This record gives sequence, structure tokens and C-alpha cells, in this order.
Amino acid sequence: MSELQKTIEPSPPRRLNYINHDWSVASWLWPKDHKRIGVMYLVTITFLFFLGSMPAILIRLELLTPKAHLVTHDIYNRLFTMHGVTMVFFFLIPSIPTTFGNILLPMMIGARDLAFPKLNLASYYVFLIGAILAMVSLVYGGVDTGWTFYTPYSTTFSNSAMTPMIFGIFIAGFSSIFTGINFIVTIHTMRCPGMYWSRLPLFVWSLYATSLIFILGTPVLAITLLLLAAEHAFGVGIFNPALGGDPLLYQHLFWFYSHPAVYIMILPGMGVVSELIATFSRKRIFGYHFVAYSSVAIAILGFLVWGHHMFVSGQSMYAGMVFSVLSFLVAVPSAIKVFNWTLTLYKGSLVLKTPLLYALGFIGLFTIGGLTGLFLAAMGVDVHVHDTYFVIAHFHYIMVGGAMMAYLGAMHYWWPKITGRMYPEGWGVFSAVLVFFGFNLTFFPQFVLGYMGMVRRVAEYDAHFQVLNVLSTAGASILGVGYLLPLGYFFWSLRWEPKAGPNPWNATGLEWQSPSPPPELNFEVMPTVNGPPYDYDTVALHEEGIKHV
Amino acid sequence: MSEAEMPVSMQFDDAAQEHEAATLGMWTFLATEILFFGGVLMAFTVYRRLYPEAFSQAGHRLYPWIGTANTGVLLFSSFTMALAVHEVEGLARRNRLVRYLILTALLGATFIGVKAIEYYIDYREGLMPHFNFHPVEPFEHPIQSQLFFVFYFFLTMLHATHMIIGIVIMLFYVGRTRRADYAHDLRLKIEMFGLYWHFVDIIWIFLFPILYLIA
Repeated sequence: MSELQKTIEPSPPRRLNYINHDWSVASWLWPKDHKRIGVMYLVTITFLFFLGSMPAILIRLELLTPKAHLVTHDIYNRLFTMHGVTMVFFFLIPSIPTTFGNILLPMMIGARDLAFPKLNLASYYVFLIGAILAMVSLVYGGVDTGWTFYTPYSTTFSNSAMTPMIFGIFIAGFSSIFTGINFIVTIHTMRCPGMYWSRLPLFVWSLYATSLIFILGTPVLAITLLLLAAEHAFGVGIFNPALGGDPLLYQHLFWFYSHPAVYIMILPGMGVVSELIATFSRKRIFGYHFVAYSSVAIAILGFLVWGHHMFVSGQSMYAGMVFSVLSFLVAVPSAIKVFNWTLTLYKGSLVLKTPLLYALGFIGLFTIGGLTGLFLAAMGVDVHVHDTYFVIAHFHYIMVGGAMMAYLGAMHYWWPKITGRMYPEGWGVFSAVLVFFGFNLTFFPQFVLGYMGMVRRVAEYDAHFQVLNVLSTAGASILGVGYLLPLGYFFWSLRWEPKAGPNPWNATGLEWQSPSPPPELNFEVMPTVNGPPYDYDTVALHEEGIKHV
Repeated sequence: MSEAEMPVSMQFDDAAQEHEAATLGMWTFLATEILFFGGVLMAFTVYRRLYPEAFSQAGHRLYPWIGTANTGVLLFSSFTMALAVHEVEGLARRNRLVRYLILTALLGATFIGVKAIEYYIDYREGLMPHFNFHPVEPFEHPIQSQLFFVFYFFLTMLHATHMIIGIVIMLFYVGRTRRADYAHDLRLKIEMFGLYWHFVDIIWIFLFPILYLIA
């Protein structure tokens, strides 16, 4: 296509793309281009990711020895709170939607931009202000309540910097709401001719499901935090039992958002994995409709299971039973996805590039994380392992083994599209393997520790837990190297790696029909769609040089 | 493409698509607002069921006639807002649009003013938690009744904040409308803003009975 164009018109000496068409400071401070905003998000959350991993390093170092040698108990509380808050609210929740979602969603459906570019820009700055406020809280000594801010601890007893932290998360929540509105409207109204719902890339389907949670869940968290702030500031008793309030109500409201938030973190990752597996198996995705609808099913079911966080908080046993059964139900759409991915891989022509390695890692680790979730959804087992390292290991298998693997997979897969450069494949494979082994070494021992009874959120433990804790810390250092390597070679690739060309993976999907990096309005010729998604059979025929009639 | 069919922003193909996107966007935003208010209304309902007597006694201290008057003001402002949106189409009738917008903003400001006076009365009667909670006539269940007032102030202030934001936006639009470059993006915006204003009124329609009437 690009050759064809060359013959028609003399190509300009330097093709203008979204990065180099305007270098003015204002155009980078106040861009309305979804791709630039996505890049700004990418830089910001990468910084926040490394900031959030620093307390994790200190936590793992502290847990090398059974006694609290390195930090005091109070500091330890502040460390795991900072780790949780930064990673959950300022990395995992925005991670894939605001970066790859922002950059790719309009391209994947053949649009010039999101429906509301100014709202998109506002979402970035609102997020930035929220993140800065949370950092201000750190400067004032951090928060010691854990990322859940349970009352009355957070409102009455904690003497840490609650106010900036609560407002930081409150404000950052609006960035999620803005992004959700933008994505939903864009997907509904801006698909190019021929891009029917049944032809949407699965990544777009997962972003749609994620946006539903953004718009229906985040406002509830916002109002809950506002109530919390009112109670904290004015000493009134909304959730304080001494003043007639009900602390359990806070937990209900908090988890009404924060459990669906788990699906905010994992659903976009599932979408990414669907893209990666189709591309690198050179096969049409197996059970497209099932994979697509299961995303929406997870989003809806996700709103009905929050009570499983409260089995031992004193909620009624019958409520517990209902929440337990509903939680089991989430396994059904999740398993549908895993089976369909596996069947897509089956007899595919696998191309073992870095993105596929991450996708394969995702399938394995997500399956372990999901299945151990079933243990926790069973009320009897949960009483035994509640608040132990079993829970820590379970949700890190989903958050890190799932969401983070998908994020890195997406990073390698779309890096050529975003920057126009390849990444070094050898280093990519090496760090993917490192991340996989480092991750398992860190978190698998924690399943055993939790099952044996080591409780979470405490700086000390019984001496006989030490071997497994040392293993876990050793794994964490390998994992850390696995995360630092990409940071290095991605920067390196910007200058030293070969140019990628429009479609280095020979992938289907509209984003690959545009040059890399794409021009300001995404496409040189606005696309139309005439065939089913993931039509790799046709691509394969073309690759073999057979004329397909 | 005629001028009326041209989209204002480059990312849209035509004005119809832009209108559809703006409408869906506004309704989606209002859905988030319903959940925003929904969370605190749910909490209020829980406590109302826990402490029916205390909440009923506390509710009797409010002045339903002030609330009723304010409801009337707000409903009338919704009417003038609807008239403003109705005038949006005709470019020639710009003056009438401006007049209706200003009238709506004034009615909104009246509501806020009345609310402020009402807050002052509540404060004088010792019904404002944290600042002055020493009721002239003591309550049977002081702690639980105080909880009612916490929610009363939280809900009405949240609603008033939405109104103040609405009034500021409206005055901004009035300024834009008076300028020469009044164009169809503003027409679209005023139409969408109308949805927001009606929504804020509907929130009050829910707050008024649950706070003032079912005591």
C-alpha cells in the first residue's frame, strides 16, 4: 500500500506522524491527540509503578528475617499501605486502559480520535493531580491503614496523613470516570463503516466491559471516600459505632467498587491476551463471541460478589452463602476465556516472540490465581486462610501474574506501532523468562506460607516460616531485574533498533494498516472493514502466495 | 455538506454523529451521577431503617414549607431551562435564549440563597453537627438524631455544589452566547447542559421527600 502511494505522489522527505508533527511545548502540555495523551499516561504510570515497587522491596527485605529488624511496625504499616495504594489506584487500574486503550481504541475501530478529546486530556490531568496529592500524603509520613482504609481505624484512630490521600484517590477516580465515558461513547458511535459489534477486536470488547465498571463502580467509591473524609474532618459518626454509625457499611460500599476494580485490572489484560494469541498463533480466535461476551459477563457478575471480602466481618451467614455462590459463578466466564485461548493455540503456527511468551505466562498464572480464588470463595476455607499470605499470593497471581504480564505483553506487541521502532527480541525473551520465574519464586511460596498460617500485614513471623520467606525475597529480586531490563532496552530501542514498518507482526486489525508511528489523524486513508476479525486464514493464504478468490 | 450537517470537531464525520455522541456521553455521565448520589442515599436508607424513631424526630425539626418553596423555585427553573433549550435552534432568537438562561441562573441562585438562610436557621437552632449541635429542645436519641443531620447536610450540600457548578457553567454560556461567534457547538452544549440541569432538579425531587416529608 505504501509503495502504491509512492508512485502516485512524491513522498515528502520526512513523513509527519503524531510525535513529530508539532514539537511546541503547548502541543505536548495540552495535547488533544489520544495517542499523545496515551504516551503521557505511559510515562506517568511507569514512574508510579517503580515508585510503588520501592516499598515492596523494603517489605521483602524486612521479611528476610523473622524479627522486625529493618523497620518498626509502624513504618511497616505505612510501607504496605503505600505499596497497595500506589499499585492499585495509580498503576493497575489506569494501566492498560489509559495507555494502550487510549492509543489503540480509536485506531482499532477506525476513528480519528476518541469522542471527547478534551475530556480525555482532563482525565490525564485529574489523574496527575490525584497522584500528586497521594504523594503529598507520603511526604507527610504516609498512611498506615492499608489500602482499604477500613473504618473506624482510618477515621478515628489513625494518626497518619489521611486527608491528602483520600482526596488524591477521590480526584483520581474522576479520571477513571472520564475515561469510561469516553470509551463507551466512542465504541458506540464512532466505529468505521463495516466495523459491526461482531467484528470488534476483543481488546475493544474488554475495554467496553472495563468502562462499564469504570462508570458504574467508581462513583460509589468516590462518594464513600467523601463520606470518609467528612467523618475524618468533622468527627461526625457516619461509620463510627460510637456515634451510631456502622463500620460494616463502609466495607460494603468500599468493596462494591473495589471488587469490580479487580476486574478493571484484569479485563483489559484478557483483551490484550486475546489479541496476542490470535496474532502469534496465526489463527482466527476460537469462539470469538464467547470470548467477547464473557468480558461483559465478568463485568456484570463482578458487581454481585463484593461480600466475599467480608465473610469474617460479621455479615449475615446467609448473605455470605449467596456471595459465595455468586463468586463461584465468576469462574465460568473466566474459564470460557482460558479454554478458548487454549483452543486457539491448539494446532496454531506458533511464533514464539516475546509478546506470546507473556501471553502464555498470563494463561498459566491467571489460571492458578483464578482457581485459588475459588478456595477463597468457599466460606469454610476462607475462615482458615483469611488475612493470610494465601490471599496475598492469590491476588498477586491475578494482579502481577495476570494484569502485569498482559501489560508487558502489550508493551512489546504495540511498541513498534507506538514508537515506530522494534525492541531487541533476545532481551525481550530473556526478561520475559526472568519475569515468569521470578514471579513464581516470589509468590508460590506465599501460598504455602498462608496455608500454614502466616498472617499478612505483620512485620514479624514465626522462625519456621523463614526458609519460604527467603525464597520469596530471592524471587522478588529476580522479578525486579525482569522489570528493570525492559525499562532499559525500550529506551535503547528508540534510537538503536531498526524501524518497524507499518505491520511487523503481519497482524490483522486496523491499527496495523496505518504507518508506525501513526499520523496525527491515525490513518492516511480512513479504513472500512469488509471481513471478519482475526482473519488469519486469508493472511496465511496471501503469505503463501496463493491467489485467494 | 450544508453548514448544519458539518461537525464542529474534526474527529466526527457529521453533525448527526456528533449529536449522538454528545447525547450518549451526557446520559452516561448522568448514570455515574446516579451512582454517586446512590451510594450516600443507600447509606441514609440503612440508618433510617436502623433508627426509625430518631430519624423521624430529627426530620420534624426541618421546615417543610421552606423546602416546598425551594422545590417550586427549582421546578420553575427547570421550566425556564427547557424554554432555553427550545430556543437553541433558532439563531435569530438569541436574545430570548440569553433571557431564559439568565432567568434559570437567577432561579438557581434563589434556591442557593434560600438554602443558605435555612442552614443559618439550623445553625441557630443548634442542629449543625460539629459546628453547633446543641438542639434547643433536646432529642430523645441525640447520637442517632445527629446522624440524621449529618446526612441532611451532606446530601443537601452535595446537591447545592452541583447547582453552583451548573450556575457557573450557565453564566459562562451566557457570556459566550452574547459574543458574535455563537455557533452550533454552543447550541449542542446548551442542549446537553439542559439535561444536567434537569437531572440536578430530579435529585432534589428525591431529597425533598426523604428529608422533609417522610419524617
